[in-house]
Amino acid sequence: MPMLELNGITQIFGGVTALKDVSFSISEGDITGVIGPNGAGKTTLFNIVTGIYKQTNGKVIFEGKDISGLPAERLAALGMVRTFQNIELFGNMTVLENVMVGLHSRSRSGLFACSFKMPWAIREERTISEEALEWLRFVGIEELAKIEAGNLPFGRGRMLEIARAMACKPRLILMDEPAAGLNSKETLGLAELIRKIRDLGVTVVLVEHDMELVMDICDRIVVLNLGEKLTEGTPREIQENPEVIAAYLGDDE
Amino acid sequence: MNVLVFVGIHTLLAIALNLLLGYAGQISLGHAAFFGLGAYSSGILTATYSWNPWLAMLVTASVVASVAFVIGFPILKLKGHYLAMATLGLGIIVYILFNEWVDVTGGPSGFSGIPNLQIGSLIFDTDFKNYYLIWIFVLGCVLLSVNLANSRIGRAFRAIHDAETAARVMGVNARLLKVQVFALSAMICSIAGSLYAHVMTFIAPPSFGFNISIELLTMVVIGGLGSIYGSFLGALLLTTLPEFLRFMNDYDIVFYGGLLMVMTIFMPGGLVRGIPQLFRKIRGSGKDKGNANA
Amino acid sequence: MELSEQLLQYLLSGLSTGAIYALIGIGFSIIYNSTGIINFAQGEFVMLGGMLTLFLLETLELPLWAAIPLAVLLATITGLLFERLAIRPLRKATPISLVIITIGGSILIRGLAMLIWDKDTHAIPSFSGDEPIMLGGATVLPQHIWIIVITIILISLNKWFFNHTISGKAMRACSYNPRAAGLVGVDVRKMVLLSFMISSAMGSLAGIIVAPLTMTSYDVGIMLGLKGFCAAIIGGMSSGIPTVIGGLILGILESLGAGLISSGYKDAIAFIILLLILFIRPQGLFGKPESERV
Repeated sequence: MPMLELNGITQIFGGVTALKDVSFSISEGDITGVIGPNGAGKTTLFNIVTGIYKQTNGKVIFEGKDISGLPAERLAALGMVRTFQNIELFGNMTVLENVMVGLHSRSRSGLFACSFKMPWAIREERTISEEALEWLRFVGIEELAKIEAGNLPFGRGRMLEIARAMACKPRLILMDEPAAGLNSKETLGLAELIRKIRDLGVTVVLVEHDMELVMDICDRIVVLNLGEKLTEGTPREIQENPEVIAAYLGDDE
Repeated sequence: MNVLVFVGIHTLLAIALNLLLGYAGQISLGHAAFFGLGAYSSGILTATYSWNPWLAMLVTASVVASVAFVIGFPILKLKGHYLAMATLGLGIIVYILFNEWVDVTGGPSGFSGIPNLQIGSLIFDTDFKNYYLIWIFVLGCVLLSVNLANSRIGRAFRAIHDAETAARVMGVNARLLKVQVFALSAMICSIAGSLYAHVMTFIAPPSFGFNISIELLTMVVIGGLGSIYGSFLGALLLTTLPEFLRFMNDYDIVFYGGLLMVMTIFMPGGLVRGIPQLFRKIRGSGKDKGNANA
Repeated sequence: MELSEQLLQYLLSGLSTGAIYALIGIGFSIIYNSTGIINFAQGEFVMLGGMLTLFLLETLELPLWAAIPLAVLLATITGLLFERLAIRPLRKATPISLVIITIGGSILIRGLAMLIWDKDTHAIPSFSGDEPIMLGGATVLPQHIWIIVITIILISLNKWFFNHTISGKAMRACSYNPRAAGLVGVDVRKMVLLSFMISSAMGSLAGIIVAPLTMTSYDVGIMLGLKGFCAAIIGGMSSGIPTVIGGLILGILESLGAGLISSGYKDAIAFIILLLILFIRPQGLFGKPESERV
């Protein structure tokens, strides 16, 4: 059974077809890259998979379960989480608190228990902050824990977003252009980190423009062009595919 | 002493609005309505139907919270300006109801004969006694709100405020939490209203109109959005200030308007963050990261 | 009077108040479309129109034909100052801070009006006498005719401006995509300023033409502003015909409600409609989800 299966995804925005009958599947434990020229529909696809848009047609199946149309907040508990192209941090909260929000779906204390500081709420709060710190250590920014997230440099913000996503303990993580805005040293660190995440048994899907990174770390690549799936295969197959080359050159990428 | 009773009631109201606006980032320009519903419901149940005041307060608070919960779903789907207008409309509808439902509310001439609260033989009928009564409620409310603000729920509120989509992706049920905090906020206002009714023994519509909603907003903004202590500060300032502005008669409204604008432009973090920042700027240490999340 | 005649009467008076709501609503839409701001101070310009005219007529003893344009000019200058002093300085403008600052501005303007003039209600003479005109069994005042005629002229001018002048087209471009408009050389800030000036001019004129019918005072702006907003919401924040229809629908429903149900609840009608539209069809009565604006 594949980890994630897209079945004939079509998205129409007010007459414009952004995605047309896109189908592919992602196997557990793989790092899969979704690439394509600008406007190919990559981010739209991500937004559909993660419940932010509702597709016009087609099905998203996650671990055998049809999750089409499920709202975003349900997916974290099911084990799927994402990061954003223009990092979306909780800017007025500290770095540590950001990651603590990542543990939200795995904690239980309600309004009442929290207001009255019930013993179990206190215990849970302690576990949350300890585990959040672990995740900061995992991405290597634990020394920034007390800083307000809005003041982080971009590269660190990216790391924080990944730590926050990982705090959800996902089985599948989707990253929307994780290397965008990173310098080459940071990109190397990112490649390292993505492998580390995979080694934890988490399946990774990334939309990415940085071809070097994609070819370096991905096990499989799916190519989109103008809202349709052009082809898929291993990095080598993709590099040698004339259609892919034409799509990129033709689109002046 | 009388003023301190009002500072207390205003603190309750400001905290209520702050939980919604400062933490969860959802504006309401109609919060005086919940305050009024609490006051009128308590007043009517005790004066007209001779209920026990404590029971009336409890029942009122639960009903107001439930009503807010139900209307919260459609209303909190709206964002920003639209939410502001919708809550404003809601406030005005309720205000019109207080004025026009004369048989029940007494209409514009007000509703009188509300009994004082009582525990055993202790009747809260003087400013001195009421002062203690109100401030016990305020302390309780501050304590619970600070706890809540620093918990996973409070964090989720602030996450929704900063980046709703990201919060949802992290598994935060933004829609439900927004409605919950709206209901909680309405409930606190309702309790404040019940207390107000029993302290004053007489209530009239103008205490629950649009201007009061705006005054509450001013308190929260001046004190500091997202700071429970700021709410107290804002309530203290705006309740005591008119005492000093007596010479201005009705013209203090000009002062409020100006204050609201000046604060929004020059001190958007409110006094709790602005004052320490100002000090630091004067000392010139250059670090200006005010962290007042309690 | 027979029911049919009565209905006709309500309809006619509803049309003229509806025309006023439409003008105010268009003012809201123009600013909203070029800036994304709901200007809570919009109603104050309506108030300023009436009060300034009164001031020019009675204190300065100017003739009506001079007082009206001068009042509009002064209100427009206020609108310009408001944009410069309140909207532009706001660097980190979130919807909430914009709501708060325009509310602050509205309170300030209202307070200043009270300070400069007084708290009384004043009458402005009708433009051409109060001799009623019979119209198929219903009576119409000449002022009603003035309102309808001036509204039609203003709306046509407005349409011409947006469709046939460079500035108008530039403003439309800003409303579709401010960044792209900026890239092709439209001075977006100037357009924002212009939108504030146009809508304060329209608002004040609405305030002037309605004042002979409804009287005027420092605080008429709140209700008129809110109802204008309601008209704009029904019209899907369009600055054209849909908002005009929205205003007329609201005016007629109000007048029917006041006549057939109760005049006390009349004001509630607008807000109930407002909430219903916001809950059920936030894109307005006529709009498709992605509708044309401006």
